[in-house]
Amino acid sequence: MEEERVIGTVSRVNNYIKRLLDSKPVLNNIWVKGEISNYKRHSSGHIYLTLKDEGSVLKAVMFRAAASSLDFEPADGTMVVAHGKISVYEAGGSYQLYIEDMTLDGIGDLYREFEKLKAKLTEEGLFDEQFKKPIPKFPKTIGVATAPTGAAVRDIINVITRRYPMAEILIYPTLVQGVGAKESIVSAIEYFNATKSCDTLIVGRGGGSIEDLWAFNEECVARAIFASEIPIISAVGHETDFTIADFVADFRAPTPSAAAEVSVPASDELYRLLDIYRGHMNKSVTVRIDGYRRMLSRLTPRNPQDKINELSQKLDMRIQTLEQIYKLNINEKKRKIAESCAKLDALSPLKTLTRGYSIPTDGTGRVLRKKSDFVKDMEFTLKIQDADIDCIVK
Amino acid sequence: MAVKTFEESMTELESIVTKLEAGDVTLDDSIALFEEGIKLAKNCQKKLDDAEKKVKLLTTTPDGEIIAGDFGGTE
Repeated sequence: MEEERVIGTVSRVNNYIKRLLDSKPVLNNIWVKGEISNYKRHSSGHIYLTLKDEGSVLKAVMFRAAASSLDFEPADGTMVVAHGKISVYEAGGSYQLYIEDMTLDGIGDLYREFEKLKAKLTEEGLFDEQFKKPIPKFPKTIGVATAPTGAAVRDIINVITRRYPMAEILIYPTLVQGVGAKESIVSAIEYFNATKSCDTLIVGRGGGSIEDLWAFNEECVARAIFASEIPIISAVGHETDFTIADFVADFRAPTPSAAAEVSVPASDELYRLLDIYRGHMNKSVTVRIDGYRRMLSRLTPRNPQDKINELSQKLDMRIQTLEQIYKLNINEKKRKIAESCAKLDALSPLKTLTRGYSIPTDGTGRVLRKKSDFVKDMEFTLKIQDADIDCIVK
Repeated sequence: MAVKTFEESMTELESIVTKLEAGDVTLDDSIALFEEGIKLAKNCQKKLDDAEKKVKLLTTTPDGEIIAGDFGGTE
């Protein structure tokens, strides 16, 4: 059996392929990344180019209408992201990308460059803490390297003059983006260092895209900041923007206003500090003087009359005490005497006589106590309480 | 004698306050320190009170020199 051969015309084949590709939704709305080569813009306004990567190429066309909306000038070597539709140019027998819009694919490259430089300078030690200089507390002059117009410089001036009008502000106008920006910034830093015309330098700009801020990611700017003997405060973009300049600077401020705040002290705080100092000094000296005054009054001799009165009073009190003691003494003695009298009284022989006892005595008055003192017919006297009785012993 | 800068005055004032509070100076010395301290404080106060806004813009002359001129204000 013979196999069936499909025999078609060229047109039919190309048409078939076109219909096949057009039927695939993913090919109708596709984004393709690649490098431009064989770029040609015809007088008609249509652009013809080839997108390539390491492995292959893809033909592309951008018609005049679409091309008019381009915001950059494409060229060979430019990395782009092209959006459009893949279809078949039947007459030419080729498929191609019909580009509707195209943008630069530089962003990824920029981030890569940033990371590379950051790593290189980190290793060299440019970001090390030990190299960061302290920011002067009472600067006489603040240097500012930024654009002379715009919010950044206005904010810096407002904050410094409000907080610390004593400081002079010296502005070195720089380009902050685009061609010449990095050289301009480096010139500013070198100028201030060469002329020693400021105590602190603020380097920065207002917010923007990564491309806008790119000058502050340049190696020459980083090295100029590192080499600066004048302390540098970086103020690039918004709070969330971090550039190489921010890492090298002696201090990174999130915004230009913040940079201004860091660069000078606040005068109301200084006024308060002066008041506190005055208060402390007053107190210290007053306390000492009071102490001495007290000491002095203790040592000074008082009015003699006072002393005399004092002693007088002491004397009176002593006398009073003596009197009391004396009285007590007398009473005590009186009591003792009475006691003795009572005792004596009790022991008195006269008392005995009243109780009925009698005392015999001989002619000489000797008291006859014992039996042997008595002899028959002896004469003796018997003393009773109220008489003396003459007696003879029977 | 050179006029003291604001920074020098503030620093000296701070050290006088510390010395007086420490208390181990003679009475004569503390009176002298007190007088000096009050003088410094007055000086600093005056500098703060007198301060005027000073903003200058650097421009390059045709000869390539850089000079400082008054800053006109920002747009």
